[in-house]
Amino acid sequence: MSKSCLVVDDSKVIRKVARHILESMSFAVEEAADGQEALTYCRANRPDVILLDWNMPVMSGMEFLGAFNDLDYGHEERPRVVFCTTENSIDHIRAAIEAGADEYVMKPFDRETLEGKLQLVGVA
Amino acid sequence: MMGASASESAYRVLMGVLESRTGQTLSPNRIWRIEMSLKPVMQRHGIADLDALVGALVTADSRQLLDDTVDAMLNNETYFYREHNVFDDIAATALEKLRAINAERRRLTIWHCGVSTGQEAYSMAMLIAEQGAKWAGWQVDIVGTDVSHQAIGRARVGLFSQFEIQRGLPVQRMVRWFDQTESGWLAKADLRRRIDFSVQNMLTDRPPLASPADLIFCRNLLLYFSLPMRQKAFARLRAAAAPQSFLVLGAGETVLGQTDQFVASPRLRGLYEPADQQARRFGSGRPVAA
Repeated sequence: MSKSCLVVDDSKVIRKVARHILESMSFAVEEAADGQEALTYCRANRPDVILLDWNMPVMSGMEFLGAFNDLDYGHEERPRVVFCTTENSIDHIRAAIEAGADEYVMKPFDRETLEGKLQLVGVA
Repeated sequence: MMGASASESAYRVLMGVLESRTGQTLSPNRIWRIEMSLKPVMQRHGIADLDALVGALVTADSRQLLDDTVDAMLNNETYFYREHNVFDDIAATALEKLRAINAERRRLTIWHCGVSTGQEAYSMAMLIAEQGAKWAGWQVDIVGTDVSHQAIGRARVGLFSQFEIQRGLPVQRMVRWFDQTESGWLAKADLRRRIDFSVQNMLTDRPPLASPADLIFCRNLLLYFSLPMRQKAFARLRAAAAPQSFLVLGAGETVLGQTDQFVASPRLRGLYEPADQQARRFGSGRPVAA
């Protein structure tokens, strides 16, 4: 059974690129344009991994993680979270990790880089 | 297929230079890259094209030009925790065996042969450092060698670009062991001091080891050698290895049909051990204490 990934980004282009890469790796891909849409999706579904943009309108990646950490997945494993950012300051990265992200990837990313990150969180 | 803009004899000379200096041969699928790889060198030295470069190599007697040319033709591809399962397995099994084998001497020597810009040695250094108390009171030497002056220079500095730092390195380790600087991500002094990097041609120079190596990494290097050179390389690795030691090769590399110096470890999957130790162990009918 193929693994699933929720791509959360307000940029249509980034979502399209991510979908293209992930589908070439046999992931089933769903998309959300902001944290709120992603949260609604995650209340009803359990993707294996979430590719999460940081700066988004409506609900940011950080705000999403705050609410996402309270979701109850019962006996199932919590989805892994890889946050995507154009901001690479170590303080920013630390804040994301402390908020519950498992990995990070700088935008723009290529297939090899993303695949490496998905391997690190155990979903590829 | 040779490139179109330089004479075939220029390519032959350059391949000869690479082989004589490093033992490495260029497979046909890497030959086309020569011109591209050497462009920065030619620009730096004010040389117009490959034919002129060969001319300068033959007549100018410039050590720097020769080093730069050889460095540029080498494949320095590497990244942190390459094939990370290998590191997981080593942490869980090989290091435990070596702790038992060396319990009295309390000394561990790890040699990264063909370490390129150092990511593999830094990966092991982080792993050992994170095992903390386990190695308290032990002398752990981590040595990285490569034939490329430029790669070793970079490895010693321990500065990695954004692209390099996010290849294979878990973010938790990145924030723990690296400082962000304006030029990139710099390994912390506590990590850098754990590794000695040296320029070494593994086919001709003695490895700079104070003690025989207990764990040798030689990954994705031997594939660039011809079979006779590979056999010589295995003999050099064996000469540097402790009697009870492990050799790590790259994915897709093997000792089968290549050498009788090492055999697949019956104890640890994916690793190799000196063949004479195996013979001794099976000959005596008693297992070596591990």
